Amino acid sequence: MGRELSFELNGEEIKVEVEAHWTLLYLLREKLGLKGTKEGCGYGECGACTVIIDGKAVNSCLFPVMEAEGKQVTTIEGLATKEGGLHPLQQAFVDHGAVQCGFCTPGMIMSAYALCQEKALPTDEEIREGIEGNLCRCTGYALIIEAIRAASPGR
Amino acid sequence: MVRYEYYKPSTIPEALDLAVRFGGDALYIAGGTDVMVSMRGRKIAPKALISLRHVEDLARFDLPVLGAGVTHRQIQESDAVRDRFSALHDAVSHLGSPQIRNVATVGGNICNGAPSADTACPLLVLNAEADITGPSGDRRVPLEDFFVGPGKTVLERGEILKALAMGAFGANTASAYIKHTRRNAMDLPIIGVAVRITVDRTDVRCGDVLCGTAPISEILGHFKDEDLRCEDIRIALGVVGPRPMRVPKAEAGLRGRIISEETVASVAEIAASESTPRDSVRGEAWYRREMVKVLVRRAVMKSIDRILRPDERIYPDRLW
Repeated sequence: MGRELSFELNGEEIKVEVEAHWTLLYLLREKLGLKGTKEGCGYGECGACTVIIDGKAVNSCLFPVMEAEGKQVTTIEGLATKEGGLHPLQQAFVDHGAVQCGFCTPGMIMSAYALCQEKALPTDEEIREGIEGNLCRCTGYALIIEAIRAASPGR
Repeated sequence: MVRYEYYKPSTIPEALDLAVRFGGDALYIAGGTDVMVSMRGRKIAPKALISLRHVEDLARFDLPVLGAGVTHRQIQESDAVRDRFSALHDAVSHLGSPQIRNVATVGGNICNGAPSADTACPLLVLNAEADITGPSGDRRVPLEDFFVGPGKTVLERGEILKALAMGAFGANTASAYIKHTRRNAMDLPIIGVAVRITVDRTDVRCGDVLCGTAPISEILGHFKDEDLRCEDIRIALGVVGPRPMRVPKAEAGLRGRIISEETVASVAEIAASESTPRDSVRGEAWYRREMVKVLVRRAVMKSIDRILRPDERIYPDRLW
């Protein structure tokens, strides 16, 4: 049984037909074609599916799609400019070699984005805590932390 | 994906009506970080989920009462919880990840009934009562009677945990929770230990010892020399039995006594003997019992430190 759902996705109001048992991740990837958000574990352990909902980082694989109604959702696709210019965090990940296989990168950047929205100048400890819900299977954490430190808005 | 309907009631009566209508085929969902995981693992397959996120009554944040729908993030950000109900603050600071804490609720953590639930031990020592409502009326249950066994609570079909009301306590009191894990985030405790202690006074002249790196035995020697007395103590242990539990014999071993190396060591021993841990992938029984001894002592020290140096705001990671 389809339901109509309205919410703000990457700055634009959208209306979509959904099924009640979908997760937000399923809607984003399989119906809206936004494949930047990854499914790693599907159990909220790895953080590859992290998106921002009303300013807070959330695992979209555990988020019932029906709860997105009326919310502001930002995915990795929402960070770059319309012309394709990278967000400072994305650019810093490139510049610092913080991307290896790349699978965790969108989730890492979304967690870092949520952190930087709240703290303009996070300490290394705060950065570590900010990305503690994101696993990097290449174990490239040191460079990821470096990139986030370099791109934090207060620097 | 398992198909189900999803309802978003905005009041408790609406939620209860839905639960009655679906009988055993519906499940309440709050933050969803346990329910959605179980659904995905096909451990449960309800026909309907009844979301409690939009029920305003559950969002109450009015210390010492916490609405069941309060998120771990809200608790973590509360200075009042950090200063006054420190054990609970310790627990939510190391629960899951930011993504989990942003949606997971304290009520959900309790209702899930896991022996490893991080908020259970702190709420036990903070003397919490569960405020429950259901199709057949309201009731209040002390948290100690709330947990029945792994994944089982006293909640009857259709009942909703509305709030957790922590107990009042006087001056010279502080609490701490120590979660013993292999990693800092996204891990369940090997064991969890919470302590709330009240001492008879705070004019102890050993502040500089606490600030330094003196071993615990030396600090306890100072307490003994100055006759620092334990007026009251509550100790709760997690993952050492089928449900989070208090250890009344251990508590009785320190209540009213002078705090010293001997009394604290004996309390830790009794607590370990009252625990009934099992072997599991996370840790073997003998190890858990040994660690109860170590961590009860540390949690007592951390709590007393918080009483004597309230402005230090000891970071939960400090090795007490």
